[in-house]
Amino acid sequence: MYEGIVQELIDEFGRLPGIGPKSAQRIAFHILQTESVDVARLSEILGQIRTRVHFCEICGNVAEQETCSICRDPRRNQTLICVVEEAKDVVAIERTREFRGLYHVLGGAISPIDGIGPDDLRIRQLMQRLADGTVVEVILATDPNLEGEATATYLSRLLTTLKVKVTRLASGLPVGGDLEYADEITLGRAFEGRTVIG
Amino acid sequence: MIVTHLNLADFRNYASADVAVSPGANLFVGKNGQGKTNLVEALGYLSTLGSHRVSGDAPMIRAGQNSAVIRAKLHHNGRDLLAEVQINRGASNRAQINRGQIKPRELPRYFSSVLFAPEDLGIIRGDPSARRRFLDQLLVLRTPRLAGVLADYERVLRQRNTLLKSARATGVKESQLTTLEIWDDKLVALGSEIIAERLALISDLQVPIRTAYSEVVGADHRPGLVPVLSILGNDTETDDPENVVWDPSGGADRGQIIATFRAALVEKRRSELDRGVTLVGAHRDDVRFDLNGLPVKGYASHGESWSFALALKIASAEILRRDSLLGDPVLILDDVFAELDQRRRARLATIISRYEQVFITAAVLEDIPEELTAHIVHIRSGTVVDPEVIDAFAEG
Repeated sequence: MYEGIVQELIDEFGRLPGIGPKSAQRIAFHILQTESVDVARLSEILGQIRTRVHFCEICGNVAEQETCSICRDPRRNQTLICVVEEAKDVVAIERTREFRGLYHVLGGAISPIDGIGPDDLRIRQLMQRLADGTVVEVILATDPNLEGEATATYLSRLLTTLKVKVTRLASGLPVGGDLEYADEITLGRAFEGRTVIG
Repeated sequence: MIVTHLNLADFRNYASADVAVSPGANLFVGKNGQGKTNLVEALGYLSTLGSHRVSGDAPMIRAGQNSAVIRAKLHHNGRDLLAEVQINRGASNRAQINRGQIKPRELPRYFSSVLFAPEDLGIIRGDPSARRRFLDQLLVLRTPRLAGVLADYERVLRQRNTLLKSARATGVKESQLTTLEIWDDKLVALGSEIIAERLALISDLQVPIRTAYSEVVGADHRPGLVPVLSILGNDTETDDPENVVWDPSGGADRGQIIATFRAALVEKRRSELDRGVTLVGAHRDDVRFDLNGLPVKGYASHGESWSFALALKIASAEILRRDSLLGDPVLILDDVFAELDQRRRARLATIISRYEQVFITAAVLEDIPEELTAHIVHIRSGTVVDPEVIDAFAEG
């Protein structure tokens, strides 16, 4: 245990995801040895982050204005919506530069254990966006785990009432990997989702 | 497959231990409380990721330490493997094969063992959960992929039970019923796979158990296994002797299981919502053990129950020897010989001599038939004492 404020700082860092007691201590001491301007900049950002960041009114992505830069961009394909769990997933898909449509961030996945049901996700907003018939395809890109799959199934059932094409991201073998090292579940999925090439 | 070397660090009462072991029988001898069982418990852990004595991992870490390490050198088909697992207090465990990181639940792909101990009487006399655990452990050793299916099923079950509980607390809402259907789908898909695999395993065990039982006892008491499925309306939580039996003429057809499972869920919907818990599925199934057409639980003597449990384990080993890519499983007999009479000891010795490698613990050397005493390791207060060292002491 350290004295007073040092221990408090370590405790605060330790509360962050992925940071254990040792890392928390290392970061705290790093900050004690850092130039005070750098520390001031960090504390300024921390102070402002919650007030300056908004969530896009349309898609739920993080934004500094009322809508995010993707929703404001007229060059994006307005007929495609990719549904993801978190704003982090938007960044991951944007990195691919393959998808030029719009996004919809749900804010999580259906998980009763965590107290998250369909009403806690931004599903109503999604239905509103689909109402005018501009969107022709909804791509479900929730995580390929139990909760993500459950959410995708829930959405696909909900969307059958609308005249919109619903697709799910493929799951299977990692590119650049060796077939022999793939686990059985992934390999099994890859077999299920095999495609005709000739 | 055989173990050539076992090394422990901060495991139970061992600060460190290093034992070279041989093919064939290895005998660990020592007074009670010295740490014989701890050695074989460590070996069992490598293949089942659990202890046969306790349900959690914490008791296996030496007092005052944060982690225990089990290391075993394995030899199979001319290839040497180093398997390691680190059991951590308050953090997830880690496993390595030849110094390369793997998921702990992948360990059974590299090492398989069948352990028999006095605690196994619980499989016969205990709750249905003990019998499900026995079947599932064997399923994973036979088909390691199923570890993932079992884990996913547990998770779906927890999600579904939480949903049922919250529906009960708040009154059922429309959206909750829709999500319930989705968890039903997952429960049925995963559960039906588990049920089908268990039915196949039960059917595969019938012949080996009959052989093993008559070899141990010296008479045929027609041992048999009868699946008790909750999706057929059997309530395994009560001691109801009535059992609607799965009609084997239809085979363990997956489609039939799925349809039956679905129908059972529909039928139980009302009471599930009332009680806030999933009432049918793989987690509510059981298997009944019979001798001469009567259930062992309730009808058989202590000796018969013992012989049945032992025969179950020998039959398990037979199945693994036949189906597993790893060849012979390593047999572990913890404190078993003291419970058997002279004739059964001799018969058991004959049976286990067919396996590549066997580990036996005993408090008294005289309990062990002589043909199993080729390689003896003495254990004294958490230290492994080499036979040579003992001789040296005796001479000095």
